[in-house]
Amino acid sequence: MTNLKDWETVIGLEVHAQIISKSKLFSSASTNFGSEPNTQVSLVDAAMPGMLPVINKDCIEQAIKTGVGLNAKINKFSVFDRKNYFYPDLPQGYQISQFSQPIVGEGYIEIDLKDGSSKKIGITRLHLEQDAGKSVHDIEPSKSYIDLNRSGIALMEIVSEPDIRSSEEAQEYVKKLRSILRYIGTCDGNMEEGSLRCDVNISIRKKKFQSRSLLGENILSELGTRCEIKNVNSIKSIGQAIDYEFRRQFDVINSGNEIIQETRLFDEKKGETRPMRSKEEAHDYRYFPDPDLPPLEIDEEWIDKIKKNLPELPDIKKENLINQYKISSYDAAILVSDKSNVEFFDKIITGNKKRNAKNVVNWIIGELFALLNKNNLDIKDSPIKAEELGELIDYIEDQTISGKIAKNVFDEMFKTKKRPKDIIEKKGLKQITDTGEIESLIDKVLNNNKDKVDEYKSGKEKLFGFFVGQVMQETKGTANPGIVNEILKKKLAN
Amino acid sequence: MIDLKKINLEKAIELIKQKKISSKELVSFYLKEAEAKKELNAYIYLNSDNAIKLAEESDKRIANNNARPLEGIPIAIKDLFCTKDVLTTAASKILSNFKPAYESTVTQNLWDAGAILLGKTNLDEFAMGSSNETSFYGAALNPWSKNKKEYVPGGSSGGSASAVAGGIAIAATGTDTGGSIRQPASYCGIIGLKPTYGRCSRWGIVSFASSLDQAGPMTKTVNDAAIMLDVMAGHDKKDSTSANLEKTNFYNNLKINKKLKIGIPKQYKNDQLDKEILNFWELGKEFFKKNNCEIVEIDLPHTEYALATYYIISSAEASSNLARYDGIRYGFRKDSEEIINLYENTRSVGFGEEVKRRIMIGTYVLSAGYYDAYYLKAQKVRSKIINDFNQAFEKVDVIFTPTAPTDAFEKGTKIDDPIKMYLNDVFTVPISLAGLPAISVPIGLSKNDLPLGFQIIGKRFDEDSVLSAAKIIETNANFKKESD
Amino acid sequence: MDIDKKLVKKIANLSKINIEEKNVDKFAKELSNIISWVEKLNEVDTKNISPTTNPSDIKIPFRKDEIKDGKIKDKILKNAPEHKGGYFIVPKVIE
Repeated sequence: MTNLKDWETVIGLEVHAQIISKSKLFSSASTNFGSEPNTQVSLVDAAMPGMLPVINKDCIEQAIKTGVGLNAKINKFSVFDRKNYFYPDLPQGYQISQFSQPIVGEGYIEIDLKDGSSKKIGITRLHLEQDAGKSVHDIEPSKSYIDLNRSGIALMEIVSEPDIRSSEEAQEYVKKLRSILRYIGTCDGNMEEGSLRCDVNISIRKKKFQSRSLLGENILSELGTRCEIKNVNSIKSIGQAIDYEFRRQFDVINSGNEIIQETRLFDEKKGETRPMRSKEEAHDYRYFPDPDLPPLEIDEEWIDKIKKNLPELPDIKKENLINQYKISSYDAAILVSDKSNVEFFDKIITGNKKRNAKNVVNWIIGELFALLNKNNLDIKDSPIKAEELGELIDYIEDQTISGKIAKNVFDEMFKTKKRPKDIIEKKGLKQITDTGEIESLIDKVLNNNKDKVDEYKSGKEKLFGFFVGQVMQETKGTANPGIVNEILKKKLAN
Repeated sequence: MIDLKKINLEKAIELIKQKKISSKELVSFYLKEAEAKKELNAYIYLNSDNAIKLAEESDKRIANNNARPLEGIPIAIKDLFCTKDVLTTAASKILSNFKPAYESTVTQNLWDAGAILLGKTNLDEFAMGSSNETSFYGAALNPWSKNKKEYVPGGSSGGSASAVAGGIAIAATGTDTGGSIRQPASYCGIIGLKPTYGRCSRWGIVSFASSLDQAGPMTKTVNDAAIMLDVMAGHDKKDSTSANLEKTNFYNNLKINKKLKIGIPKQYKNDQLDKEILNFWELGKEFFKKNNCEIVEIDLPHTEYALATYYIISSAEASSNLARYDGIRYGFRKDSEEIINLYENTRSVGFGEEVKRRIMIGTYVLSAGYYDAYYLKAQKVRSKIINDFNQAFEKVDVIFTPTAPTDAFEKGTKIDDPIKMYLNDVFTVPISLAGLPAISVPIGLSKNDLPLGFQIIGKRFDEDSVLSAAKIIETNANFKKESD
Repeated sequence: MDIDKKLVKKIANLSKINIEEKNVDKFAKELSNIISWVEKLNEVDTKNISPTTNPSDIKIPFRKDEIKDGKIKDKILKNAPEHKGGYFIVPKVIE
């Protein structure tokens, strides 16, 4: 009897990332999302007779930037090919893509896993291609509606090596890839709007032996038959689809059957995969070099310029954060996982050199993220701006308010979007640090509670907290607790 | 009284500028002639109403001394060029109802120079053919047909050739993929110039084979061809294969007498060639010698492989270029309940036999398992053919050959044998594969009393030498222009 | 290379061209003839020869990333056999 835990998945991912550009890859129509149907379509995008493609320079630059971000080789000579197939939302009857000579060759990215380890995932290639249009199937029962607004938008297809072994690794890979794309500004990574889409190639096999053979090589079991899962369009779906498919393929093999190589569709609602009906007929894409487009030549100078101007990548930023601010690797990883987090942190830390990095990180990762999550908000839409959180932290540091009061002010800021200064003043939350004032308050409390003072002095020392509490009550919590403690101790010692 | 029948483009421009004739007279004359010679079937569409209106506007400009280079000149356009809001069919059922919302760059260049659309001329469906017989609208007729024999005008630009030779157009545009300008020019006894690949923009011309297609003029004289090409040519940012070169001046450059080295490729002299063609070849050489040109024998060793190379490459590209005709966004649709049936029925009914045959061949040579043996192989042989020409052009300025192996043939005699039909292009396709400029000039009449043309091939972007050499043949041959 | 009926059907399917059963044989023969004819190329030695896709030696021209096109819905739809609400309409496509 075969056991599930003796088996592993072998996964390769094909990620389609929509390039951030104003106009399309081969036409000057807009790439805006969500416009009226067929309003962002040029004669080229609709494949009118005699229309010809002219390439968008910025899209090439975006692909090179991404290639550099993926530690990959940029090919100075690459070729556009036609991938031929019929589909109603593919107006030309072919997609202009890159087949045997892509713009970007081998590279890798490093992912961090929950157990604290990290792993390199190989990138096979990145190539440029056109997106197809959109078919809408649910307006009329017997008809499909075709909108070509998306037709011709530039995509980067980023293909990984089959280095991924679990749903967690696949999810971390996509998260990391997305974060890199966002850092360098080549793709917004928005999976809901379809600007980042994922196809999963998955097969399963018996795990390799832990020991090495006599020759010192790892003994690998052979790769199984793979299935391609399409339409996996969220990080959560990636996990679900892989877990489902692992189980399904295992069950097929375990019951003595064979896996059929096929394209399957992930059903988000049911959380399962099913074979795609339209892909049943064997495809033969008849790739050949597009005679309408000369080969793409990129000179060294251009690549160098791009390398020089490339924004800091997450891995490097993380190292810098750890070295410069002495924050933990864990905290640094959370900060860099999203470019907006780091920007928020950077703004606070550079706003006032005296700010303590560890405190700033705690406020962001602890308090701010908790409230943002609760309210389902992105850090970019945070009601508390970086400057304001910085100010709040300063008020704690200079003892204007106590840490405890600060939490209340923070909640108020989140609710009302007011500046901390205004809240503190309006509510009179400024901390009392005047020893004279505190001393007279303490005298008042001690005078009013002479019996308790006697009890304390006769040995009931836990009443100390009671006196502190009384002072705090008198000042609505604004008295500096350190000073209160100090004076109270002195007075009660007499 | 000026006999409009006798004047060529160059003369018409002069007469209009001198206000000796009006544009309206010229346009009306050609419309009337075209109506009278309907049996030629040269036009798919005649621009009767609009052309007159445009001629009146041109006459106003002329009156105001505001005339442009081709002001008021009616031009026939092969129905492969997209013309804004005017039916553009590619002689196919699948585009039989298509009115583009745009104007091709080449025709726009003509209209910007003041020319007027006279009509859209007949062609082989999607320019695939050498006899015009694959047209959905029926074949155009060679105006030299006589004695109850119907000769083909050649193809694919047969309608344009027929119109110019038959006196129902003063000049026309054509497109040439493997000989589609030159071969019909030869069959009809007119001038047909295929420019260097990249000289004229392909934007807005219905694509057949992208790496071969090139637009060019079909005219009565060499001078006319130069005038037309000066207007048609030019860099176009919308075509990534368009050459970015200085503005041409072929017409003026023709006045310079050139001493040329003329190459004669020995591989073109094959056994099947008729004696009379060999004789005309000798005659042509004499014309050149008389004009201080030197004759040099050259080697184009891969000539015999050009046809097969051409059919693989052009069909492969066509199979992909014609995938857009799917009945969804424009053109003919055969309604069906299911999308695959819609595609198959639309394309099966919408395309003619030859087009389907080429799509199938093209699909086959690109498909998995056959790509390397056919398509890639052909691309490599193409490199060798290009290299042959490169070597030859180290020794000579132009190359002189027959345009086609025979004179025009009778309708229906080759249409059922594709390979026999393809052999018409044996002398023209090597030039297309290399992207070189070439012209066909009539040299005389065959024993069947049909025109025979000879081809002059030049270096890339050296149309000047091609035109100069053509002018030598034209002047010396003194070919009788009229077909009747 | 002989093209048999099965191959003709496969090519027809890829080309989205319907061939009536009675014509399959004819097509098979015709295509076989043409293919045998082009096999003449096997005589040419093409070792170490790089393929030519396009005879021009033009460098690929670049376009600036500007929005200068689109917003021509009427022109895009004007020749469509069937359109509604700004969409092209086709029979239901099953994914």
